Amino acid sequence: MSTVLFDEPGPRARRRIRVATVLGTLAAVALVVLAVRQFAANGQLDAARWQPYATWPMWRYLLDGLWSTFLAAVVAAALSMAFGLVLALGRVSPRPWVRGPAAAYVEVVRTIPALLLVYVVLFALPRYGLDLPLFWKLVVPLTVSNAAAYAEIFRAGINSVERGQTEAGLAVGLTRLQTMRLIVLPQAARRVLPSIVSQSVGLLKDTSLGFVVSYGELLYSGKVLAAYNGLLIQTYLVVALIYLVVNASLSKLARMLEARQRRNAHA
Amino acid sequence: MGVLLEHLPELWQGLIVTFQLTAASFAGAAVLGVLVCALRVSPVRVLRALGTAYVETLQNLPLLVLLVLAFFGLPEIGIKAEPLVTAIVVIAAYEAAYIGEALRSGVNSVGKGQGEAARAIGLTFAQSLRHVVLPQALRTVVQPIGNIFIATTMNTALAAAVGVVDLTASAQRVNLVEAQPIPIFVGAGVAYGLIAAVAGFVTGRLERRLVILR
Repeated sequence: MSTVLFDEPGPRARRRIRVATVLGTLAAVALVVLAVRQFAANGQLDAARWQPYATWPMWRYLLDGLWSTFLAAVVAAALSMAFGLVLALGRVSPRPWVRGPAAAYVEVVRTIPALLLVYVVLFALPRYGLDLPLFWKLVVPLTVSNAAAYAEIFRAGINSVERGQTEAGLAVGLTRLQTMRLIVLPQAARRVLPSIVSQSVGLLKDTSLGFVVSYGELLYSGKVLAAYNGLLIQTYLVVALIYLVVNASLSKLARMLEARQRRNAHA
Repeated sequence: MGVLLEHLPELWQGLIVTFQLTAASFAGAAVLGVLVCALRVSPVRVLRALGTAYVETLQNLPLLVLLVLAFFGLPEIGIKAEPLVTAIVVIAAYEAAYIGEALRSGVNSVGKGQGEAARAIGLTFAQSLRHVVLPQALRTVVQPIGNIFIATTMNTALAAAVGVVDLTASAQRVNLVEAQPIPIFVGAGVAYGLIAAVAGFVTGRLERRLVILR
């Protein structure tokens, strides 16, 4: 199949592809060998150092952490989606005194690192008598920062609905709010679903800030476990593997939704 | 305000470190991202698979997990560098996955017929890349790359969580001494905001100059 860069390969190109295949495979194998040798040279391949991760209690501890990760991610996602929707509606409002503040919030928050927000909640709020429980010390900053991201997604969705839809709604006598609720939002929601899922993967990744807050999510559980059994690289590799499996599945879901949407758009 | 001026040297030093982290890791990510993109659009299946594996792995791991792995895990197998260097390498590797994907979608946005036409009039691979594909691809990637630059700036703050004293970390240290969180954290936030605003301005200008409306 030809692409923008390459034609259907002829005999010479096919030969080159074979050579590149062999070289690429060799390079990949060399990388793996190098990594394994580095582990072995430092005694990190000893069975005793991996044995604990063949036992249930270690996994149970990490999976408990994963559960807390889910809990924080789901609560933060729900709150920031609700808040984000309000912000998006504010940004498309015809009234400038609603539009201004909503736009200002989104533009400002988008340029502040989530860790800085976490520090504000950890170190600034207690000084003003607001010492939240650990769970909320993680969820509040994540909500504040992700609400802005969801707001932009929702706004793009609302703007993608043709103007004729709103005009038709108003023409049959619905109020502005009814038009938004009954006609625009249902269509927008369907269009933004893939972006919402991939933003939620980002939010799930952000929950690893629990490491800083000492909320017992997956990464912090890994830290505690590593301090207990002294198996640093093994523990963090297992933690990384769990994140990889969970997030890759969610990303795959986002891609499937997108593909389904493109099919429906053609039909 | 006074507290900011009093601790200006520390905060300035932190800002310099944030600049270093951002500039160095973005430059590294750009180089590595081109390589990742080249792997992903190559006609060789093994190379494509390697590129896909790289992107999938790096995009689905939280940056903080990668930083923790590099700072606390890698020394266990005898790989250890200065904290600033380690942070730069990890952030560059992470952002390279995103830059690679942005570049790839830029290349794919150029119509197949453009490449075919270039080859039909006898341009070599390098020539068609240089004169036909890249000029069109670049226009569509300016905005996404600008966004990745801003995200990189924000992400460098995570280095503070593993002990690099950047702007976020110095703000927190100054706050521990002075206990005046509002001016200190607002000041740090404004500094990040300014970096993002400048980046947004530059990409906006670049885009206006490159984009051809049809």
